[in-house]
Amino acid sequence: MNKYPLWKYLLILAVVLIGSVYAVPNLFGEDPALQISASRGVNVDAATVDRVKGLLDRKQLTFRSVSLDDQGIKVRFDDTETQLRARDLVQRELGNNFTVALNLLPATPPLFSAFGGKPMYLGLDLRGGVHFLMQMDMEAVVAKAEESYGSDIRTFLREDKVRYLTVGRRAGGGLRVRFRTEEDRDMGRDIIREKIRELALVDAQGDRSFDLMVSLSEEALREKNRLALEQNMTSLRNRVNELGVAEPIIQQQGAERIVVQLPGVQDTAKAKEILGRTATLEIKLVDEEHDVQGAVAGRVPPGSRIYKYRDGRPILIKNRLVYSGDNIVDAAPGFDSRSSSPIVSITLDSRGAAINQRITGENLNKRMAVIYIELRSREKLDANGRPVLDENGEPVRVKERIEEVITAPVIRAQLGKRYQIEGLDSMEEANDISLLLRAGALAAPITIIEERTIGPSLGADNIKKGFQSILIGFIAVMIFMLVYYRIFGIFADAALMLNLVLIVAVLSLFQATLTLPGVAGILLTVGMAVDANVLIYERIREELRIGNTPQAAIHAGYEKAFGTIADANITTLIAAVMLFNFGTGPIKGFAITLSIGILTSMFTAILVTRAAVNLSFGGRRLKTLPI
Amino acid sequence: MEFFTKETHIDFIGRRRVPIAVSILLLIGTFFLLFTRGLNFGLDFTGGTLVELNYQEPIEVSAVRKRLADAGMADTVVQHFGTSRDVMVRIPVRKETDSATLSNEVVTILRGAVGEKLVRSLPGKAQQCSTSRDSGLKDCQLQVRRVEFVGPQVGEELTEQGGLALLYTLIAILIYVMFRFEWRFAIGAIVAIAHDVLLTFGFFSLMQFEFSLSVLAAVLAVLGYSLNDTIVVFDRIRENFRRMRKGSNIEVMNTAINQTLSRTIITSATTMLTVLSLFFLGGEIIRGFSIALMVGIVVGTYSSIFIATPAVLAMGVSRDDLLPVKKEGAGDDLP
Repeated sequence: MNKYPLWKYLLILAVVLIGSVYAVPNLFGEDPALQISASRGVNVDAATVDRVKGLLDRKQLTFRSVSLDDQGIKVRFDDTETQLRARDLVQRELGNNFTVALNLLPATPPLFSAFGGKPMYLGLDLRGGVHFLMQMDMEAVVAKAEESYGSDIRTFLREDKVRYLTVGRRAGGGLRVRFRTEEDRDMGRDIIREKIRELALVDAQGDRSFDLMVSLSEEALREKNRLALEQNMTSLRNRVNELGVAEPIIQQQGAERIVVQLPGVQDTAKAKEILGRTATLEIKLVDEEHDVQGAVAGRVPPGSRIYKYRDGRPILIKNRLVYSGDNIVDAAPGFDSRSSSPIVSITLDSRGAAINQRITGENLNKRMAVIYIELRSREKLDANGRPVLDENGEPVRVKERIEEVITAPVIRAQLGKRYQIEGLDSMEEANDISLLLRAGALAAPITIIEERTIGPSLGADNIKKGFQSILIGFIAVMIFMLVYYRIFGIFADAALMLNLVLIVAVLSLFQATLTLPGVAGILLTVGMAVDANVLIYERIREELRIGNTPQAAIHAGYEKAFGTIADANITTLIAAVMLFNFGTGPIKGFAITLSIGILTSMFTAILVTRAAVNLSFGGRRLKTLPI
Repeated sequence: MEFFTKETHIDFIGRRRVPIAVSILLLIGTFFLLFTRGLNFGLDFTGGTLVELNYQEPIEVSAVRKRLADAGMADTVVQHFGTSRDVMVRIPVRKETDSATLSNEVVTILRGAVGEKLVRSLPGKAQQCSTSRDSGLKDCQLQVRRVEFVGPQVGEELTEQGGLALLYTLIAILIYVMFRFEWRFAIGAIVAIAHDVLLTFGFFSLMQFEFSLSVLAAVLAVLGYSLNDTIVVFDRIRENFRRMRKGSNIEVMNTAINQTLSRTIITSATTMLTVLSLFFLGGEIIRGFSIALMVGIVVGTYSSIFIATPAVLAMGVSRDDLLPVKKEGAGDDLP
């Protein structure tokens, strides 16, 4: 009686082994490191790795290792002093196309990382950093779209010589087009319906006029909002790159919110300034009359300037601004219907369209360049990588104007409001260009509606305190169980330790975020995990009391307690899952560890202790039980 | 060691009137408190700005308040947080100004008051300041430990979501218990849980402890814990109804509570041990959370004995309601 088949022992052994392999990476601490990633248009490859190595070697900065993966290059150092000096050196030498971020990388030995083992992913409250929740002003998106449709409608009606009184936005949303006669309205309706399909049109009787109520369909609105959100996220991502943050998180939350998490960032004033900044686009004509090589050699013709493509190729461009990014209403990647090659289709507002029509008409077969402009400022550093201060003790900031040519297509025909850029190599290129065209400005104003910043000292404190309270709470429960249940208490304690290992392993394996409330959740499951053992052991004692033999008591104890344990845990699990679904922030973190803890404790408290009991007492003739 | 060497025979159910009366009084008190004093809602729910600072030297709260007031911030609440070197500044929601930058203003004002300017802050390092051009860099005298800003709309949403979480959890549990046991047990469990949650609210209202998002998480955990306790007793009642052919409802229930009494107390004790560890060692931020859990464990244990079972009894459950469903001649549904 009370013997387990071999496979059950093997199963437990396997779980213990796998659990340990994934839990162990949490023991190795972190190395100071640099993380180098491409910020725009360039790739990080083996050549970049060699370049970085060469740079560091030349300055005799010793590094521990250099590796390349899909996130970029990671260089590890022995100490933070070298890390800081290397950051300044590498940033200066590689230039603006690369983001060089300071980071702490897990020092997991290759033995474990080979299995995909990683330490737990710590939330910002444990590692320090900034969390912003940003709200987009979607009304502005709709207003902008409606204004653009309004000007379209005016243009189309004028082109087809349909007389209208006014085209204006309505207070409650949508547009109102007023006509003098019913015939005009009928003609107007047909034209609008034909030219702009996504609009819903309804007749209305106006004050001495025949009106047409124009509104965007639900679907079109959703699409506009989606595009605006995507554009804002791209803009934010570009700007975050500039902050030099390793592993930033930029995520959509709901239909009109964006979460930005910047681990390690403390200077929130700077972060807010950079995130709120706008970049602009300028469209100018390429100077085809003069030679680029000559200009590079020093003979820059008057009225023109040398710009660079993102990959560094020079191009000579005329100074006169044709139109700016403000005139671009939309840019979307797509396929050309005839050649089915990738294109970017661009829509301009009416002012941009008028200029575009005139300029392109005059400059057929010449090139038109799209230039991306952004102002940045960064701290001036001395040779040792320390910030230079002015007389007030404030760091000196250097302003930089980033200007790069995104694309310079040839004008094939006279263009107007809508046109497309062809001759692109791939769909990715079409995507990149359209995102950049749109990403100049934010599609809609954003406001920060929630901020949570945790300084590094508090983060470290939280880890320390969380760890201490787990340790002490854990030891207290273990001692209690040992005293109260003797040998059986040891089994419960072993199960408890294994439970902790498994929780850590599951958190590490799935890279779920561990937060301070999450730590509390772990501790609470420690308290509740022994509940299963208490239930079983009390039941065994009860069975012994009513005169059962030890073996029968063990058997009955586990058997009868199982249903109760299952019921009790499932109901708690329901509570935890609900917490996870409806909770935010701290509640979610707590719910994750609580759910994991409940599941792993079912395994350890029932199966593992039973295995230990069976191994120790199973199949033997016993008079008493040490319980 | 064993505290319960013999099976106890305490007449919990027979003497149910006293604890029920006590609970009703406490609940009336809770409602009175909630309607008069209300809960001291934290930043998460009210919105506003909070800045936690750590000074190198102990600092008077009044000094910090004066510095802020001198710079035109009159509506701040300043208090020590943990030690005399830690200061917490709270600013209520303001409509007219850009609240998101308020925290930066507070820090700049207070840094200016000690003659420092922030120069650099690197990941994982103390913030470094300078006083003048040639002073070089030192660790700042005050370090920003934490900044929280919650916009009013976010606060409203969190309140709403929190309430919904509570409601949906109760409904889900009701359904599960109804399915696994019987509707009277489900109602009994819900009564006990509601009792615990309300009393925890009442305690927070009485003491005017801050009610934050993590306290809400703790209340929801209390809900799970209390339910756990209640289910264990219910399980035993069901088992006893099937096993004991004789005996009144009261006897059957009394036996079940007595049989599970040792477990109820021991589990409460071990859980309490861990929560105490959290309370004493987990730090300021997690304190409200651990207080809610401590209260919850006490009332949760009490309610599973004195409230849940009498509630089931009052609704008139009988042995026939709990006999196993006839299914292929099966008897017990325990594995």
